Amino acid sequence: MNKNMERLYNGIIKENPTFVLMLGMCPTLAVTTSAINGIGMGLSTTAVLVFSNFIISILRNIIPDRVRIPAYIVVIASLVTVVQLLIQGFLPSLYSSLGIYIPLIVVNCIILGRAESYAAKNDPISSAFDGIGMGLGFTIALTCIGLCRELLGAGAVFGQQIIPEDYHISIFILAPGAFFVLSILTALQNKFKAPSATNGSAPKSSALVCGGNCASCMGAACAENHLKLAEKAAEEAAKAAAAKKAAAEKALAAKKAAEAAKAAEAGKTE
Amino acid sequence: MKELLLIAIGSALVNNVVLSQFLGLCPFLGVSKKVETSAGMGAAVIFVITIASAVASLIYDFILLPSGMSYLQTIVFILVIAGLVQFVEMFLKKNMVSLYESLGVYLPLITTNCAVLGVALTNVTKAYNFIQSVVNGIGISVGFTIAIVLLAGVRERIEHNDVPYNFQGSPIVLITAGLMSIAFFGFSGLI
Repeated sequence: MNKNMERLYNGIIKENPTFVLMLGMCPTLAVTTSAINGIGMGLSTTAVLVFSNFIISILRNIIPDRVRIPAYIVVIASLVTVVQLLIQGFLPSLYSSLGIYIPLIVVNCIILGRAESYAAKNDPISSAFDGIGMGLGFTIALTCIGLCRELLGAGAVFGQQIIPEDYHISIFILAPGAFFVLSILTALQNKFKAPSATNGSAPKSSALVCGGNCASCMGAACAENHLKLAEKAAEEAAKAAAAKKAAAEKALAAKKAAEAAKAAEAGKTE
Repeated sequence: MKELLLIAIGSALVNNVVLSQFLGLCPFLGVSKKVETSAGMGAAVIFVITIASAVASLIYDFILLPSGMSYLQTIVFILVIAGLVQFVEMFLKKNMVSLYESLGVYLPLITTNCAVLGVALTNVTKAYNFIQSVVNGIGISVGFTIAIVLLAGVRERIEHNDVPYNFQGSPIVLITAGLMSIAFFGFSGLI
């Protein structure tokens, strides 16, 4: 139980996907024109993330290593389709305001990132809790950004007008406002030296050289990742070969011993 | 003809894919340090998005729609795009070595670029036919290239300027992107 609580804390605070890891920036900027949209997007992503982590963790020993990424994508895309149909059926107003960004949850790097770095190595229950933690962290971040933009741009909180219309800075609910809000956020992180991918102090995921950090990805990291993965594979192969060799030697020794014993026995009987 | 021109201009400038739709932000912020590399990335994106929107449109019109399986569009599109990028990479490596050497590095990055899936889905939502889809794909990817090359040019200049400590790194890039986004609002009177 303690471990599950730790996953929740990790997702919401320590490795918050938006504020610390800077993953999934496209939906973060695109749908946060109001707090309600932020919550809707965050919760849809959470639903997909929890089930994809759970299912991938159950299937982790069945999926062959070489085709794991396409297999993960199929699982994620199916879940996204389910969520999309549910939102379309039960929350038509949210569906029309989120639009194309619901199917685009498939390419949100948080989901594939968690599948690859956590669910593929851990048991289903803690993977599901990891999904809940990461999803809630994402939801909280989107809601905060949405609240700021809605308050500055439309003078409202969750649709309730609190600032008179003359004082609205309407650029904040338009596209440029998203860039400005995010830039102020990252500047504040620099100022307070908070752990964040933007100033290179985010906690790194060990499997990849770039730490799964999209914001500072130069493309060069991919080549390094491939190298590192190849090295790891070679190391494992060497280990396996050594183990095989040792086993073969052992078998040979056992055989020799058996033969010697047989010979001795044969000598005795003679 | 006029309608196609409107689609192209609309998707390249008025509704620029990065600056007003926020698709493909990762490469936009990540690969925009130098004009050269960003132009390479832009060329690779034009290449892939044009092919992907054509293939996705054909698959939707001739396979998914007649068999009543249009709800499978997300799954089918993402798999087709991932396969297509792999295939393009192998084809270029085998047959067009010089092109592969200039674009090859960027191709794996594009698989998870949301702009590619975004174009395929927009074409379906707006019920574009095959030719309109291809034109829309070209427009969007040219818009992406324009935006990323412009940003790279600005970033090369920022390198030599005295940026306040707290705004060094990504904050100043995001401010630049925001200002560019305001500038692109100027195009909204075009159509």
